Amino acid sequence: MIDKTVSSLEEAVAGIFDGATVMIGGFGIAGQPAELIDALIAHGARDLTIVNNNAGNGEIGLAALLKARRVKKIICSFPRQADSQVFDALYHAGEIELELVPQGNLAARIQAAGAGLGAIYTPTGYGTLLAEGKETREIDGKHYVLEYPIRADFALIKAFRGDRWGNLVYRKAARNFGPIMAAAATVTIAQVGEVVPLGVLDPESIVTPGIFVQRVVAVPGLAQARVA
Amino acid sequence: MNRLNRNQMAERVAQDIPEGAYVNLGIGLPTKVANYLPADREIFLHSENGLLGMGPAPAPGMEDPELMNAGKEPVTLLQGGAFFHHGDSFAMMRGGHLDICVLGAFQVSAGGDLANWHTGAADAIPAVGGAMDLAIGAKQVFVMMEHLSKNGECKIVPHCSYPVTGIGCVDRIYTDLAVIDITAHGLLVREMVDGLDFAELQRLTPVPLTLAAAAATTVTA
Repeated sequence: MIDKTVSSLEEAVAGIFDGATVMIGGFGIAGQPAELIDALIAHGARDLTIVNNNAGNGEIGLAALLKARRVKKIICSFPRQADSQVFDALYHAGEIELELVPQGNLAARIQAAGAGLGAIYTPTGYGTLLAEGKETREIDGKHYVLEYPIRADFALIKAFRGDRWGNLVYRKAARNFGPIMAAAATVTIAQVGEVVPLGVLDPESIVTPGIFVQRVVAVPGLAQARVA
Repeated sequence: MNRLNRNQMAERVAQDIPEGAYVNLGIGLPTKVANYLPADREIFLHSENGLLGMGPAPAPGMEDPELMNAGKEPVTLLQGGAFFHHGDSFAMMRGGHLDICVLGAFQVSAGGDLANWHTGAADAIPAVGGAMDLAIGAKQVFVMMEHLSKNGECKIVPHCSYPVTGIGCVDRIYTDLAVIDITAHGLLVREMVDGLDFAELQRLTPVPLTLAAAAATTVTA
């Protein structure tokens, strides 16, 4: 019997190694797998490259991982926010490397990795600082920039419900990067509000098919309980 | 002259958004446009974090941490609205499926280049978010900004001095003084506020302007 569920957060993050590239879902705190991040901090892996839209909010979740000095590089689109003080301090001290990527290119590069593409030509960023030194091409009169896939050793994502085969559904705007990161990582670890028996998730409504998910851990939470 | 305040600017932009349009309103000033969309028009608001059919802010106490807009403020979803992942959300932008996006700006050049993501200051932490995707993706890109900066410099310029967000991407500029189209033949003034004459607008704007034959006076409530 195939059972991708694991019984603890500790087991969920087992094997994340020093120097790993780790994608973390979420847009701000919506969809951020805060409990998995806490488990990663306790687990102790360091010199991580993190892929996320932002660079942490407040002092929790991703910000706490940064504050614990576990991150050597972050690949993101929007690091600077009103409550990104942890990142801001590390950046100004030269203690974290930043690769800034336009948000749609971040999504497209993650999707390219999941889809097995060698690279993509994207119109976003053409002629800007963020395309400096990159190969460009004119196709049908439009200008494009060559961008390479972003793949990861691990992805930590948050979903609403999952089953033992790893099928996932999400809740509201917490979906954001979850489905595309799931496809782009060697080991995708999903924290779900509830693990349900096989067959409960409507096959027509499954957003992430289990093939993209290796581990599922139940983390009942306030947000997940508020089903609207 | 009757310089528009920021709410009047938002009201003026809202007048030009037609029934059925798929629209993204950028963070900051453009977000205000939603407050002035006529109730008798069905308009689909897109939010980059995976919403179509975005509704207004919820009643106090009904906020949901998993239902936010791109500025991470609580919102609602209208009946018929949909959620989707980031790949689809940016396909909607980059793929030319959005009819209109409304963006704020530091500067717009005579050729329609947009600068709105980075001041270029050495100690500034750069952040781009979806700005570059929005700039090049929508069928029509509207910019709304004050005509002059706080230092009195015109934000419509021959060439952007700030780092650009996109090249030749802006179609129309709404300022507190005028509505100006960027055309293949240069900048065409469609509208001016009450009490402003064209010579004065040109004096304030370091780029050649042409007055449209049917130029109007801006009307707001």
